Amino acid sequence: MTRNAMIDEWYPVGLASQLDAHGRKTALMGEPIEVRLGEDGNAKVTGGNGRVLPACIRYGHVWASLGDPQKPLFAIPEADQPGRRLVDVGVVRVRCSPLRAVENFLDIAHFPFVHTDILGAEPHTEVQNYKVEIREDEDEVWATQVQFYQPQAAKSAEGGITTQYMYRVPAPTCSILYKTCPPRPGEWDVITLFVQPLAEDLCDVWPWMALFDDETPMTDLIHFQQTIFVQDRSILENQIPGLLPLDPGMEIPTRADLTSVAYRRWLKRHGYTYGAQLVAQ
Amino acid sequence: MKLYDYVLSPSCYKVRLMAALTGVALDIRPVDFHPGGEHRGPELLALNPAGSIPILEDGDLVLTESSAMLVYLAAKAAPQWLCNDAARPAATVQQWLSFSHRLTASLGAARLHEMLLRPGNIDALRAQGTAALRELEAGLVEQRIRGQRFLASDRPTVADIACFPYVALAPDGGVLLDPYPAIRLWSRAIRAIDGFIEMPGIHRLHELKPEPVPEGGEA
Repeated sequence: MTRNAMIDEWYPVGLASQLDAHGRKTALMGEPIEVRLGEDGNAKVTGGNGRVLPACIRYGHVWASLGDPQKPLFAIPEADQPGRRLVDVGVVRVRCSPLRAVENFLDIAHFPFVHTDILGAEPHTEVQNYKVEIREDEDEVWATQVQFYQPQAAKSAEGGITTQYMYRVPAPTCSILYKTCPPRPGEWDVITLFVQPLAEDLCDVWPWMALFDDETPMTDLIHFQQTIFVQDRSILENQIPGLLPLDPGMEIPTRADLTSVAYRRWLKRHGYTYGAQLVAQ
Repeated sequence: MKLYDYVLSPSCYKVRLMAALTGVALDIRPVDFHPGGEHRGPELLALNPAGSIPILEDGDLVLTESSAMLVYLAAKAAPQWLCNDAARPAATVQQWLSFSHRLTASLGAARLHEMLLRPGNIDALRAQGTAALRELEAGLVEQRIRGQRFLASDRPTVADIACFPYVALAPDGGVLLDPYPAIRLWSRAIRAIDGFIEMPGIHRLHELKPEPVPEGGEA
């Protein structure tokens, strides 16, 4: 049996703001783990056999790895810019493959149908051409020059605007979305999807945001993002096949799915197959 | 009228939906239920010692039970939703309003367990939810035989609004609605009411919208 390449990756396992000495039991890729506040003030994460796992606190969350991470957690330089509001959206559990959750986050074409009158609306359903690449130096998937007409792109948006997007996949179960920032043109709002793989068909999703928005109350920002994600949830739970197909024989992508195609190719190249289906059945 | 509201709460949605259907404007006060747990903080506990939301305030009136809120909105703005002009429908409305608490305690708790990681015995909650759905299905089938599409009458009442959200969201808790054709027809009838609004997980009826016309051209 080959070593699971995803074992050495970092995964979110809890909110930093909810860390306590009492601890919280959860799981990572089938292994029960416990996440608590250590006596030294750092996060302490222990695996099924009591072994201490690599852990760190970043972007509002506790991160851990079951293996031996070859590099530090990916950087989000924008997250450290002064003046941003950092929003802990909170966990939502979804009975789907962790890779499916990320793939859905990368998709634009569903906006008018699933996030109707918020992130899209009929008849503005066209996904215009955009650029996708696997950046070799960073070893990340990037989609740029994405634009879409949105009736209410952000809590701070008034009326419909054409929103610019960039998507980035720096780790197999994490994606970062850069998006037009209505109150501050020239900057990008940062919206992330951090996915904790509990099993191949079950995940805890921890959305997080770093926004320029001094007006909107924090609870409204949380509710806006929870609304969007829970609109996706029932669809994610009904996708067939449950595991993300990496064999081109199973699904026929269209041009609008370029980011998904690159993501799947990148996963396959690295052997990131936890939550994936390699051979069409 | 001020509603202490959580966007993912089916009980809060009942009140938002009823207000939309009866044309009452609500002043929404968002509550950080998840992840903040604000409903158990001092400000809201002072209003509602039960620590639950929604809470509806109108002047010096404070309501903390969603069924009471539905009745209040209907009585104020659209009394036909109470259907209390004859003994049988009036009692039937009360019957289903009470029944709706079983849906909250079973399907609602299963959903919180599966979605927001709240504690609970998921198998027992699903079994109780399934039992409640079977009872609802039987009730709706009997209504159809009587020629009535809704729970207490041929028109929707507060009872339908009280039962609809937790039923429609049952799949969120892992309880499927496939075995219940009468429930699915009823759900469709509710979503087709003029002024219906959705919540995350309950989609509007796209197919009832007018055919989209491309910009700048004829269809």
